[in-house]
Amino acid sequence: MSILVDSGTTVIIQGITGKEGSFHTAQMVAYGTRVAAGVTPGKAGQSFDGIPVFNTVRDAVEETGANASAVFVPPRFAGDAVMEAIEAGIDTVVCLTEGIPTLDMIAVRQYMKGKDVRLIGPNTPGVISPGSSKIGVMAGYIHMPGRVGIVSRSGTLTYEVVDQLTRKGIGQSTCVGIGGDPVTGLSFVDVLDMFQHDDGTDAVVIIGEIGGRAEEDAAEYYRRHMTKPVVAFIAGMTAPSGRRMGHAGAIVSGGKGTAAQKIDALEDAGITVVRNPTHVGDTLSDILSGKKKEQHL
Amino acid sequence: MKIHEFQAKKLLEDYGVPIPRGQIARTDEEALHVAGQLGEGPFVLKAQIHAGGRGKAGGIRVVDNVADVGRIAREMLGKVLVTAQTGGEGKAVRTLLVEEAIRVGKEIYLGVVIDRQKACPVILASSEGGVEIEKLARERPDRVITEFVDPAVGLRPFQASRIFYSLGLDQSMARLLMATVIGLYRLFLDKDCSLAEINPLVVTDDGDLVALDGRIVADDNALFRHPDIAGLRDISQEDPLEVEAAKHNLNYIKLKGNTGCMVNGAGLAMATMDLIKLAGAEPANFLDVGGGATSQMVTEAMRILLYDKDVKIIFINIFGGILRCDTLAQGVVEAARELVTEIPIVVRLEGTNVEEGRRILTASGLTFTVASGLADAAEKVGEIVRRIG
Repeated sequence: MSILVDSGTTVIIQGITGKEGSFHTAQMVAYGTRVAAGVTPGKAGQSFDGIPVFNTVRDAVEETGANASAVFVPPRFAGDAVMEAIEAGIDTVVCLTEGIPTLDMIAVRQYMKGKDVRLIGPNTPGVISPGSSKIGVMAGYIHMPGRVGIVSRSGTLTYEVVDQLTRKGIGQSTCVGIGGDPVTGLSFVDVLDMFQHDDGTDAVVIIGEIGGRAEEDAAEYYRRHMTKPVVAFIAGMTAPSGRRMGHAGAIVSGGKGTAAQKIDALEDAGITVVRNPTHVGDTLSDILSGKKKEQHL
Repeated sequence: MKIHEFQAKKLLEDYGVPIPRGQIARTDEEALHVAGQLGEGPFVLKAQIHAGGRGKAGGIRVVDNVADVGRIAREMLGKVLVTAQTGGEGKAVRTLLVEEAIRVGKEIYLGVVIDRQKACPVILASSEGGVEIEKLARERPDRVITEFVDPAVGLRPFQASRIFYSLGLDQSMARLLMATVIGLYRLFLDKDCSLAEINPLVVTDDGDLVALDGRIVADDNALFRHPDIAGLRDISQEDPLEVEAAKHNLNYIKLKGNTGCMVNGAGLAMATMDLIKLAGAEPANFLDVGGGATSQMVTEAMRILLYDKDVKIIFINIFGGILRCDTLAQGVVEAARELVTEIPIVVRLEGTNVEEGRRILTASGLTFTVASGLADAAEKVGEIVRRIG
């Protein structure tokens, strides 16, 4: 079992003919993802590796019945591309793009209200249910099917943790990148809720970082609703304040959003927080084998 | 992207917010000229730097007479101002804002930011202006008014009215205050800001409303559609190494430490800095080389790291995934050869063709310490730092 994507997910690739879109479409297909169509305005009728290309998302959905979309569209147009997918009835949109203006994402969130859609990202490596399907750019080979869910604001740091788990024989149910931007689609809370209700997930790893309140909100959700163990690592203990550390959402503003504050909130709620990023695998392993009592308050 | 106070005030003025009379000056003669135009004084000379805390550091000086303006301007210009917010290296003062001094009555705080979770703009106001709003919000949340703006309909007049009534001002100030709130919000929206703030907004002795200080931070991701705002960038306020790195599309932030690091991915880069600290060393920088770590980028990145004379060891941490490690290793070898450095370099590679990548590094004959994993790399960094002291 898994959340968000599985072997039945059918994907259209928005921006399929671009450099990023084309390269990663081939990678996704090789992994086993069902890619039904691509969308690039003006390129209808073309075919990419046997995948039909359409001018609009609506055409692609009507023709193929796809239910998910990957947006590989430049920042200037990405917000609009996401809205197009939402309007066409796509229920799972993954927006890989980094650099979308925050106000554009606010408009997207507004557009999503009242509609049955989940947005993953933006500024994300995507989502993968190992062994079934991946929508994104992560390297499939480091993942292994299993029962631990991962939810992260990062890209390569997620791979780091996944790699640790796989090497220890701990497989993953689904790995979700919620992205590094200040305004995102799914939040930590949304994904924790999905994992809590997923029969295929026994434990969760949260990979957070400085900026915003997503981890604090996750701590609160965990305290009230979660029964499954959670291990967390928060990047940025050594980050200076007031500087944007790569990700648009990774900034300590006015003394708020520090790694220390997040760690406090998470530990306060009973989540095990790992201080050393290379210890996530060991810590999770101990908890799963019952060696370490995870303190649920 | 930050802009100067005088630039923020010009924008505020464009959006109907009253600002003090004043002009910028880049020399003491200009300062004198501006003061002469303003009238009798007193005047305020404000250092224009991209940091707060100027007042306490002597960056805001009240000058009673025109006769003293030139001298005070000379004292302030051309200096490096160190405040609680600039860091030890301070910021260069190249520009002063010379304004008429205003007799200040009540001080109000007014600001617009984004609420991430609600995904909407939020207006913050307080009848206790002139103080650090975050501190106030923490200690006396009851003194801060919050108005969330529904993106579907924008800021409603009734919200501006609610803000007015919670500030405890005289009824005669209603229209002026509400226009200021609406103007600030429109500016925030029109220019894609991350923050737009007036602190303090003051009620003068004559019953006017004036923005005594203005602060605007623009959303970097939106600069492509605001060339006017992008054009306000002041490189003199940025670290020269960071400016150089940006030219090569490298995301570099200079810190103070002995271990330079180069990583692909912001989260992993932050985690690497954290690991360096845990290993007993001090991260000298944040550097995200991004997804396309080509040989050229690696060379440029190493060059930047080596400019920092405090750097005694370099830690390269690349989790390739799809990125090929042999290609990357080749790039690292070429960079080290070109830059002819004696500094120990610890390399941790992971990803496609990793064994070949490690082989290329070891066979190069250069001073690479090739790590077998991230934990191993951190340990080696710690060992080397302890060894070289």
